[in-house]
Amino acid sequence: MSVPLLEAENVTMRFGGVAAVQDVNLKLEEVELRCLIGPNGAGKSTFFKILTGQLRPTEGVVRFRGQDITGAHPHVIARLGVGIKTQVPNVFNGLTVREGIGIAAGRKKSLRHARQIVDETMELLQLSPIADRMVGQLAHGQRQWVEIATVLAQEPDLILLDEPAAGMTHEEVLRTAELIREINKKQALVVVEHDMQFIRMIAKTVTVFNRGKILIENQVEAVLADPGVRDVYLGKQAH
Amino acid sequence: MIFRKLKRADSAGGIWGPVAVVVAGLVLLVGAPMVTGTFGLLQLTVLAALAIFALAQGFIWGFGGILCFGQSAFLGLGGYAYAVGALNMTDTTGAVALAIIVPMLFAALLGYFMFYGRISDAYIGVITLTVSIILFDLFNSTSGDIYHIGQAPLGGFNGIPSVPPLNIPGNPDAQLDTNGLWYAAMGALILCYILLKWILASRFGRVVVAIRENETRAQLLGYDPRLFKLLTFIIGAGISGLAGCLYTNWGAFISPTVFSLTMSAQVIIYVLVGGLGTLIGPILGAVGIQYLINVAGGQHVIDPNLLLGIVLVAFVLLVPQGVVPVIRAGFRRLIPAKQPSTTLAQPVSQEASR
Repeated sequence: MSVPLLEAENVTMRFGGVAAVQDVNLKLEEVELRCLIGPNGAGKSTFFKILTGQLRPTEGVVRFRGQDITGAHPHVIARLGVGIKTQVPNVFNGLTVREGIGIAAGRKKSLRHARQIVDETMELLQLSPIADRMVGQLAHGQRQWVEIATVLAQEPDLILLDEPAAGMTHEEVLRTAELIREINKKQALVVVEHDMQFIRMIAKTVTVFNRGKILIENQVEAVLADPGVRDVYLGKQAH
Repeated sequence: MIFRKLKRADSAGGIWGPVAVVVAGLVLLVGAPMVTGTFGLLQLTVLAALAIFALAQGFIWGFGGILCFGQSAFLGLGGYAYAVGALNMTDTTGAVALAIIVPMLFAALLGYFMFYGRISDAYIGVITLTVSIILFDLFNSTSGDIYHIGQAPLGGFNGIPSVPPLNIPGNPDAQLDTNGLWYAAMGALILCYILLKWILASRFGRVVVAIRENETRAQLLGYDPRLFKLLTFIIGAGISGLAGCLYTNWGAFISPTVFSLTMSAQVIIYVLVGGLGTLIGPILGAVGIQYLINVAGGQHVIDPNLLLGIVLVAFVLLVPQGVVPVIRAGFRRLIPAKQPSTTLAQPVSQEASR
């Protein structure tokens, strides 16, 4: 059996008496695409913060390609090849789009190589026309794109996207879905989303979080047909 | 393409701004001794020393995002290191090196605990402020014969008088006169400006600014903010130390007042008034504020400290971004839409032609 790209084992995160994440086990293979759904407060973002080292779990182990990364510094985990688009966009407001993406592309790479990555990434995400605009002045949807571009320019093997389609127009959502499928040809992704249409567009395997635990993990059709899932989550916004 | 590469969002756009600043500095360096007498030149020398000090504060605060309320700690350590070194060695070149290295080592130690201890920004302000006060008290209490380093008595509140002046490196007999000290101070200011411009244009500098913009994002991209902040802090300390060395040379004297709150507060006001996030701003701020203090000190209507306080409050309320950014924005408005439209249109057209 091959070593999984990412493995979370019995991960628990307590804040005071509240367990935001409880006994979560998750395995992700190389170049896999996984969707993570669940109602607000189900612990998805907390789980992401544990994976990226922003939080240290109370219990449990996280491994990246077999290496224990539990509670390692975020920059160490990032260097191993994990990139994340956070729920609230974390971008460099005071830099131009090009500069911000350049910071991501430039780590441990030659200037020439970095410039090439920046140009390619901006072209892929159609950011070239606004390359010299300040990120702080952009609209919300564009800032989302800039953050995704920043993460891609980092060239990680695992990309975590926390609500990438939030606040986007229908067309932008379609483009994001297309982009995710494109990225997934080479890199593994974990995507957190609320938009069921979006999940249907991209998902293969879906993991459902509820109250800090994994409720079910299965193929997208099976999950969406599951009555338990409907009760906790889809019931509210069934289509 | 070349223009797009050179265009920087931070500080001056393009390379012509910094080139103009350096040329103006060189003109002043050569010209000042021709047009002003000994007294005027001495005044300009201390202004240059304080401008270097302001550059250090402007760099770590405006670009590194580190609010240090006790930058005078490094100014003072540099000054004392020079004085002690110069009194113990015949050649003062080694003393200059000490004036830079000692504050850097001190900053490395202090910064290590602050940044690696994940102390929040506000507490970094408090800690640095406290450290400068502790140093003030420490040097104040060194009166008496038992407090000496080698040949140099520390002298408590009276400080160290008759500090030997700088000499041409390798030639202890060729001591610098008033003109020589001016060349050294102004030359050092120009070099520090170029050094910081170069650092900011480098990959290291860009990451420093990125960390100021969003520490979390920088971290998630694989950069260790603690290390970058520490290095920024150490560079600032070294430049402050050099300023302290020149400051000591200016009066051939150093006393614990260099560690005083006034010194730390003044340099913050220089940077605020001149413009945070620029390098020329702190220099102009230092010159302008010191000029104001001199004028106010020469008359007896209003207390200089009160005046300084009024200036600070006025700037914080009315021109919070400082003089230089406001003037720059004004210039951009004067040249109507020419620059923005070209920079915006250029990438689009280039995309099309590809």
